[in-house]
Amino acid sequence: MSRSLKKGPYVQESLMKKIEAMNKSGEKKVIKTWSRRSTIFPEMVGHTLAVHDGRRHVPIYITEDMVGHKLGEFAPTRTFRSHGSGARTERTTILK
Amino acid sequence: MARIAGVDLPKDKQLEVALTYIYGIGLTSSHQILKKAGVNPNIRVRDLTEEETTKIREVIDHEYKVEGDLRREENMNIKRLIEIGSYRGLRHRRGLPVRGQRTKTNARTRKGPIKTVGRKKREV
Repeated sequence: MSRSLKKGPYVQESLMKKIEAMNKSGEKKVIKTWSRRSTIFPEMVGHTLAVHDGRRHVPIYITEDMVGHKLGEFAPTRTFRSHGSGARTERTTILK
Repeated sequence: MARIAGVDLPKDKQLEVALTYIYGIGLTSSHQILKKAGVNPNIRVRDLTEEETTKIREVIDHEYKVEGDLRREENMNIKRLIEIGSYRGLRHRRGLPVRGQRTKTNARTRKGPIKTVGRKKREV
């Protein structure tokens, strides 16, 4: 079910505050965040956010097309290590 | 024979059903179109007059996205998801269900015919 329009999109306040501060001062820093559930706002376009995937922070450069999606959509949480071929321990990274 | 939006309509079907042979039109929109065009939905396609065909064609052209245009739009949407690197794009790329369905069993529509993997070879 989609979120009620009355409430508006969700974004973690502390994250938004940092973004706005950066927009004001014009500097570009990578912000680490754990808030995968935050919506991407137009204000974030052009910044790089490091979104936690449960293990590390995945740097994500925000483009205009991403507005309206959630941060978590861009930092996959699962590593799939291919089936079969016995006890292979090699970690297969997620292919693009 | 009536030809609407690049599709030949089956001439023995009722009009409301015949319109659903066009990609992007189901029964609901078929009814809406016929209501707007003022055509009886229960007549057969072969009984359609020339004017009625034109009216239906007009309504569809102006208010509905069908066939090629619709397919193109869908593909653009999928391409967008893939390009921005989102999770949904990843699922499209892999040919797996996109909306969080289970994949332990089922999901055959997306995954296609069953490919058996990892069964041990018998010693000869």
